[in-house]
Amino acid sequence: MKGIALGQYYPSGSVLHRLDPRMKVIIAVLYIVTTFLAKNVTAFALLLVSMLLLIAVSRIPLRIVLSGIKPVLMIMLFTMVINLFFVGGERLLFEWKFIRIYVEGLYQAAFMAIRIVVLIVGTSMLLTYTTTPIMLTDALERLLAPLRVLHVPVHEFAMMMTIALRFIPTLMEETEKIMAAQKARGADFTSGSLVSRAKALIPILIPLFVSAFRRADDLATAMECRCYHGGKGRTRMTVLHFHLGDFVALTVFVALGAGLILANRYGFGFSM
Amino acid sequence: MSQPFIHTEHLSYSYEDGADAKQMPVLHDVSLDVARGEYIAIIGHNGSGKSTFAKLLNLVLEPTDGKILIDGQDITSPDMTDDDLLALRRKVGMVFQNPDNQLVATVVEEDIAFGPENLGVPSAEIRARVDEALAAVGMTEYARHEPHRLSGGQKQRVAIAGIIAMMPDCMIFDESTAMLDPLGRREVLEVMERLHRERGITVITITHHMDEAARADRIVVLDDGRVLRDGTPEQIFSEPELLMEIGLDVPQSAALVHRLRKAGLSLDGEVGTPEACVETICRAFAAREHNTLVNG
Repeated sequence: MKGIALGQYYPSGSVLHRLDPRMKVIIAVLYIVTTFLAKNVTAFALLLVSMLLLIAVSRIPLRIVLSGIKPVLMIMLFTMVINLFFVGGERLLFEWKFIRIYVEGLYQAAFMAIRIVVLIVGTSMLLTYTTTPIMLTDALERLLAPLRVLHVPVHEFAMMMTIALRFIPTLMEETEKIMAAQKARGADFTSGSLVSRAKALIPILIPLFVSAFRRADDLATAMECRCYHGGKGRTRMTVLHFHLGDFVALTVFVALGAGLILANRYGFGFSM
Repeated sequence: MSQPFIHTEHLSYSYEDGADAKQMPVLHDVSLDVARGEYIAIIGHNGSGKSTFAKLLNLVLEPTDGKILIDGQDITSPDMTDDDLLALRRKVGMVFQNPDNQLVATVVEEDIAFGPENLGVPSAEIRARVDEALAAVGMTEYARHEPHRLSGGQKQRVAIAGIIAMMPDCMIFDESTAMLDPLGRREVLEVMERLHRERGITVITITHHMDEAARADRIVVLDDGRVLRDGTPEQIFSEPELLMEIGLDVPQSAALVHRLRKAGLSLDGEVGTPEACVETICRAFAAREHNTLVNG
């Protein structure tokens, strides 16, 4: 259990890993918007190429990238099927009884699939695979800091995130210990009906909750003793600086967006 | 040493029992002075109020009665502002029992930076303080590690570094070695005593381990919320019956010395640590042999 890794962070030490996390969040938002701009074949092709380049730059093994797509595979297939069968058009491709597939439907299905893959892979390349959860939290806290004017508790949310990330491994270890203790007393977690297995979890959850509350109390006291008093007047040890690379990356992605708009206008192929 | 660093006057604390709103007394009339740079151990069985006493010193708990002066400032006065409270907690740092429950960040150095960050120290200075604190507890090579992968003793050293980075005058160790294995205990004790020795930090350690208490300059025995004894380890451990009566152990070396004295051996000199004890006993036996040779 000591070896568990949080999130999907994959330390390959690429250029993307070294970008300022704030810039990566900004770029990820930009990339998502770009994904929705694409309208014709040229634009989608451009999008697909940009995603492949992103994977290449991140130096993350393809196997891991593919495993990241797996959870959305069902959604992808579903959208594709829906688009394939229900998008009408002029050029009939195939007809059998009540099923009619149009060329337009085919294109639409392909576009949708590309869009979903690019969304998932793009954001995970930029964020989850190349940025640790804690860096991400930190980046969001700093980016959203202006919202404090509107009384949004940005610092408090970030602190909650940090503490959650800090305590997940601790609580997992604790769960293992409790499970072992209950097993030693004859508890059975692996057989029986779903209901009886769910019931077997109660003797784990109750001690876990009790201990979590005790930990929370201890931690609150310890934080008070270390002069914690919310975000007011707090400084940070690490000061984030944008470097040249960050601006280069931003420029590349802005250019991609511009390119996509041009492709929509002057490109060819089926347009949605 | 005109004024003591910590001065408590008739300090009492009781909490309200939720069930029947009864006042449950924990501390009675504790008056104690701790000099700057002193190394003192507080011992007592469970429920003797030793932890409560520690928590009153930096106002994690507020006393029901009595006065506390830290560095000449009355921290129990109603004029205490929030800033005064922060200043107090900076001055009097606290290390707790469970190393897991006092670390906040997911990276060692960020955790150590937590205190100075809260105090609004400029970034560059925090960096310097964190590096210095890491070196002080011998954890420099673990700066970028995740706390949950460290051993208990290492985690506790990180917690200590987190306090050192706030540059305290006094550190309270609230049973900080209780959950550690012997190796971890030794690591923490070494760091604690080095801080006392090299930086002149006032150390108050609350402990169940009598051999740890024996290393302090002075021991305060609490029983049922009252100061039962206050003296040097020698003085305290010369009354083993009393300690046993209130449910405390006596270090084996002190027990041995006591029994030897009872058996008629005159032992003068240091008996605080096992090493000192060995020396004193050897010297006593050598002297006795010498006497028998001379007289016989």
